[in-house]
Amino acid sequence: MTNITDLGVKAIRDGVREGTFSAREVTEAFNANVAAGKQLNAFLVETPEHALAAADAADKARAAGEELAPMAGVPIGMKDLFCTEGVATTAASHILEGFTPQYESTVSANLWKAGAGMLGKLNMDQFAMGSSNETSAFGNVISPWRRNDGGNTDLAPGGSSGGSASAVSGRLCPAATGTDTGGSIRQPAAFVGISGIKPTYGRCSRWGVVAFASSLDQAGPMAHDVTDCAIMLQAMAGFDPKDATSLDLPVPDWESALSSDLKGKRVGIPKEYRIDGTPAEINELWDKGAEWLKDAGAEIVEISLPHTKYALPAYYIIAPAEASSNLARYDGVRYGTRELPDGAGLQDMYAATRAEGFGPEVKRRIMIGTYVLSAGFYDAYYTQAQKVRTLIARDFEAAWEHCDVILAPTAPSAAFGLGEKADDPLAMYLNDVFAVPASLAGLPAMSVPGGLDGQGLPLGLQIVGKALDEQSVLNAGLAIEQRAGFTARPDKWW
Amino acid sequence: MSVDSKTVKKIASLARIHMDDAEVEALVPELNNILGWVEQLGEVDVSGVEPMTAVIPNKLRLRDDVINADPLTGGGVRDKVLANAPVAEHGFFGVPKVIE
Repeated sequence: MTNITDLGVKAIRDGVREGTFSAREVTEAFNANVAAGKQLNAFLVETPEHALAAADAADKARAAGEELAPMAGVPIGMKDLFCTEGVATTAASHILEGFTPQYESTVSANLWKAGAGMLGKLNMDQFAMGSSNETSAFGNVISPWRRNDGGNTDLAPGGSSGGSASAVSGRLCPAATGTDTGGSIRQPAAFVGISGIKPTYGRCSRWGVVAFASSLDQAGPMAHDVTDCAIMLQAMAGFDPKDATSLDLPVPDWESALSSDLKGKRVGIPKEYRIDGTPAEINELWDKGAEWLKDAGAEIVEISLPHTKYALPAYYIIAPAEASSNLARYDGVRYGTRELPDGAGLQDMYAATRAEGFGPEVKRRIMIGTYVLSAGFYDAYYTQAQKVRTLIARDFEAAWEHCDVILAPTAPSAAFGLGEKADDPLAMYLNDVFAVPASLAGLPAMSVPGGLDGQGLPLGLQIVGKALDEQSVLNAGLAIEQRAGFTARPDKWW
Repeated sequence: MSVDSKTVKKIASLARIHMDDAEVEALVPELNNILGWVEQLGEVDVSGVEPMTAVIPNKLRLRDDVINADPLTGGGVRDKVLANAPVAEHGFFGVPKVIE
């Protein structure tokens, strides 16, 4: 039998159901990989007993002849943005150190209900602000991948769901949760050669997810392949009365409806995504992706999304504005750390706590957000950005007259080395150029691995779909997956 | 529009983040770089365009007007609310003296 930790969600679920192996065997194998994978710094908290309890429940249910839950016996990693009852949750920030949630986020509760168990809480960019996982207060996550130049440069796993990316590609867990505000599922998935989908805004409840930019934040799965993503998204999604923006719609059976036959489907290639400075290898992979989808029966059409170049600057007004408001809650009073200098009053305590607790990138975004929302600048920055956001959403609406899904690269580069972009915030922001437009429009979008670049590093292809049409996104992803034949994986060096 | 150190200090104060002069000086060029870049949005003709309020059309729901309609978001969980407070006394959050 192949190594049990090489298996994904579907293989584990089916194997447990069929009795090929027990859920306990699976979980013990992954717990061992987590324990042996500390060099990657992917986990902030390890919870082997949580995973074992879920595994034992699955084995017991099977022994009793009960029908197994949809993810029974599958252990997963949980991004540390999700509040987990009784398990420390920090969003990788010092300001939440010591915080132990008294409640469970809806998405994690849904996963436990579906039979999954938790291997641990995954490292991430602090408050999900970053594209390289270098803003975590608890150290960089290291990608399992290495360049093929024989060097040992530590590479970024992408961000903000960098711990999720590193842990899945390093086989520390078969799948993990991520969250995506402006590409935080898709870009890290692309950097480490795995799949990840951000569903339509409102599919997954935000209740109990530490808020960054509430109009953009959306949870989704990161896993080895498209089918695993479909299974896990089904378990995560669903209406939640506790989230005012949760969509009151049934969760489709995406897994059963998976089909890579794209006859009758039109795939749009947005001409504005051909931007200067994109490496030739990425544009070549994009062309190849279009060929693969054509081979699957789809018609390829050129489309125009005229406001594409304004998406990123609009995002970097809207997201920091929402963040500055959301993060006002960290005041040293209700949870987390408190800094109380001698003789300090309440206002001094707030300022000292926040100075001490937030990392530099978080402070930078709070500052930008505070500025663009301040009296006299609100209309020039924030209102203007929200109007541009309307135009970006209209661009997509107009595009859907000509196509059913859109194909684009996921990121404008392969994984970069840790530290290579850290001193220029703007250069780091530009890594989200292809991911952000779909976020601003609330559309489902997924990254699937397409191939390797000349340095032996994974490159991803992105599919964007109409609102609520995750199925077409998954199906196009599956068509690419079947044709890309992506089997590369990092050598174990840790 | 560009910011100077006086403006950065004011923003820091509005954001309730203590910053020493060195931090302020370091942030001035960083913020100007980012603000200069987002200013390209000014080129876009937005006449007659409404600002985005919801990406997916969705009607705001009202829950039943009863106490504890959802026990998880209802009341009666004081100890849980206080469980993570750095200072909690007599069933309240503790803060430094605010009235002289």
